[in-house]
Amino acid sequence: MAKVIKLRKGLDVKLKGTAALETLPVKMSEEYALCPDDFCGVKPKPVVKEGDEVKVGDALFVDKLHPEVKFVSPVSGIVSQIERGDRRKLLSIRVKSDGKQTAHKFEVKGDVKSLMLESGLFGMMLQRPYAVVPNPEDKPKGLFVSAFNSMPLAQNFEYVLQGQEAEFQAGLTALSKLAPVYLGVSGKQTAKALLEAKDCVVNVFDGPAPAGNVGVQINHIDPVNKGEVVWTIAPEVVIMLGRLLKSGVVDFSRKIAVAGSEVKAPRYAQVIIGAKLSDILEGQIDKTANNRIIDGNVMTGLKSSFDGFLGAQSTEVNVIPEGDDADEMLGWIMPRFNQFSTSRTYFSWLMPKKEYRLDARVKGGERHMIFSGEYDKVFPMDIYAGYLIKAIIAGDIDRQEALGIYEVAPEDFALAEFVCSSKLELQRIVRQGLDTLRKENM
Amino acid sequence: MNPIKKFFDNIHPLVEEGGKLHCLRSVVDGFETFAFVPNTTSKRGGVNIHDAVDSKRLIFFVIIALMPALLFGMYNVGYQNAFIGGGDITDFWSLFGYGFLAVLPKILVSYIVGLGIEFTVAQWKGEEIHEGFLVTGMIIPMIVPVTLPLWMLAIATAFSVIFAKEIFGGTGMNIFNPALITRAFLFFSYPSAMTGDNHVWVNSDKILGLGYECSDGLSAATPLGQAAVEGFSGFDSATVSDAIIGLIPGSIGETSVIAIALGGILLLCTGVASWKVMLSVFVGGACTGYLMQAAGLTEIEWWHQLIVGGFCFGAVFMATDPVTAARTECGKYIYGLLIGFIAVLVRVLNPGYPEGMMLAILLLNLFAPLIDYCFVQSNINKRAKRALKK
Repeated sequence: MAKVIKLRKGLDVKLKGTAALETLPVKMSEEYALCPDDFCGVKPKPVVKEGDEVKVGDALFVDKLHPEVKFVSPVSGIVSQIERGDRRKLLSIRVKSDGKQTAHKFEVKGDVKSLMLESGLFGMMLQRPYAVVPNPEDKPKGLFVSAFNSMPLAQNFEYVLQGQEAEFQAGLTALSKLAPVYLGVSGKQTAKALLEAKDCVVNVFDGPAPAGNVGVQINHIDPVNKGEVVWTIAPEVVIMLGRLLKSGVVDFSRKIAVAGSEVKAPRYAQVIIGAKLSDILEGQIDKTANNRIIDGNVMTGLKSSFDGFLGAQSTEVNVIPEGDDADEMLGWIMPRFNQFSTSRTYFSWLMPKKEYRLDARVKGGERHMIFSGEYDKVFPMDIYAGYLIKAIIAGDIDRQEALGIYEVAPEDFALAEFVCSSKLELQRIVRQGLDTLRKENM
Repeated sequence: MNPIKKFFDNIHPLVEEGGKLHCLRSVVDGFETFAFVPNTTSKRGGVNIHDAVDSKRLIFFVIIALMPALLFGMYNVGYQNAFIGGGDITDFWSLFGYGFLAVLPKILVSYIVGLGIEFTVAQWKGEEIHEGFLVTGMIIPMIVPVTLPLWMLAIATAFSVIFAKEIFGGTGMNIFNPALITRAFLFFSYPSAMTGDNHVWVNSDKILGLGYECSDGLSAATPLGQAAVEGFSGFDSATVSDAIIGLIPGSIGETSVIAIALGGILLLCTGVASWKVMLSVFVGGACTGYLMQAAGLTEIEWWHQLIVGGFCFGAVFMATDPVTAARTECGKYIYGLLIGFIAVLVRVLNPGYPEGMMLAILLLNLFAPLIDYCFVQSNINKRAKRALKK
């Protein structure tokens, strides 16, 4: 029987526009983009030129510091653009798809790690500490997979898993050769492929968001100490590994949730990583409305545009109102029944089942930290979140280490950032802290 | 378009860099964010949606919670004046009107001086105005006697805002409760205006035709002042019921347990104030009061300690100040217990100070970081031990 871990701290925000459990076919985009920014901590070095022909699985860029970590093309076609920004920073490599999906055949029999490195799947993983792409020379003490995403409007992995159970198991079995695998399953999930998964330790996490965050799960199973490394992998990437082992080609297609209050018919879409958002959202939103298109989920995703591309790690596209023209009067005194708040100074605590249409406004000015205990209520890790944030802001590296920065990733602070009455940009602060610490320790 | 929005949109070019009214930038921004929820949307790389609560909302509820104590305090000022001056104590509106006129100048001075300094500092730093002083500015008049001269209040408020708040970085950065620093400044600089029996607690002049002239011979002592006199044998039931209702001499806002309790209930129901701190202060004070009475050191009953002086007001509004209180959940219990303990200890054992609440809270403001340090350090040690075990 799997161990059940009950989490009491956290928050489930109910938003309008949950994706219905049916999949919409989406036509193949003409152009696909792979962005190095989607792979945290990587110094990208392109290995193709504009005009080169590529197959699915051919490397587009590699990590300068570890050239064996390859990042590959999700489609076959011709490299149409190597987009650079300020100071020649590599923003994206675009491939014009020929629609044929001619694929590079990989040698499956060898060692799992080199297969993953060659096929671009290694670069899809993250590690703790630092929440960056792992170093292939490390020996992790464990490999953690969270089979559910507890953020609002997020992808329902149990639905996505249907029909791909064999590939998922094959992926888990292969990963178990790298390190012991820990699978985190939600108390609400019932699929046999999850609860009875083999070659891994299954733990059930019962509680509100962020129970699905792999960092929270690691903290409860086997926390990361200084000097230790764990690797984390998204469940759909496990399926991709399974597909690779079965067929010898890497297949980056995934089922993403297209959700949010501004989406006309929220459903799932079968797409390939790097697809154009305009193809995914065609006919689903009012293009003239002042909306925010989010590549990813509302808590951790990045603001994008209709002309943007689906990020490599994104499992949903959410569309919400932007709200920068709201001009709401006297917010500090009005009842604001349409706003959600964890504070009992509003009325949402009286309507626990109501779903909200929230816009992207910050709804307040940035202040110093005033109220205490706000973060702790939604931060189910054995870490003093407020003190860690203060240590990062103050730049006190020793204190950050002592307070547990090696265990956290920015996404673990997403809910704390949501509830913060001082409107601090916690995820950005944590990201800076992790980057500084990584540089110090290099 | 909303006419108020239009007004602000028209002013924007004037207050931006290079505009004629650039020196008023922070002030204009401050008023605009009161009129409208800022339209700023989340930046890329963080959370996209936000909780509707912000510091303005929470501060506003603290001010509402202060209202019962303030309004009753105004009525009580009028009542004490009529009572001592031998006038009609049943004419509600006349008594309230008198009190209102007596207290309003203090509120105005407190806000004008305090906000004036805060606006100037915000403009100088190029930041938004933070709302913290809106609560402090309301509390300051409520913890001073009604006869306090306005110039003293102005100096003390200025001292407190500059030296107890702004030099640390403003709201959220201060160590000490600024309202209590104001009171402490007054207490140590002008003790005869702040304590004692001689005409301090009751206003003895007419204001704009309202009220009564009190003769020089009459004086009114607070219950704690009475208790400090030789031969005191405990409060009689009339004093006790007066203390609960609030019809006793004292600082403007701190006399009525019922009025303060109404505010306290609002703060607890909305979750704005920490119930842990509030409860612990009462428990600490009650236990210490019981011990002091049992040891024969005082004639005051243990539960009477909780209803006289500034105990209730301090427990509900000042000890719970989130910035200066302990910030760890376990630390809050210890913080509260020690405040209650020290407040009663000072009252009972120190002949020089009939009231100990202000000193207790200021002392614990100083020690709150140490209390938190112990809990955070134990978390740090646990993590270090775990690393060593591996």
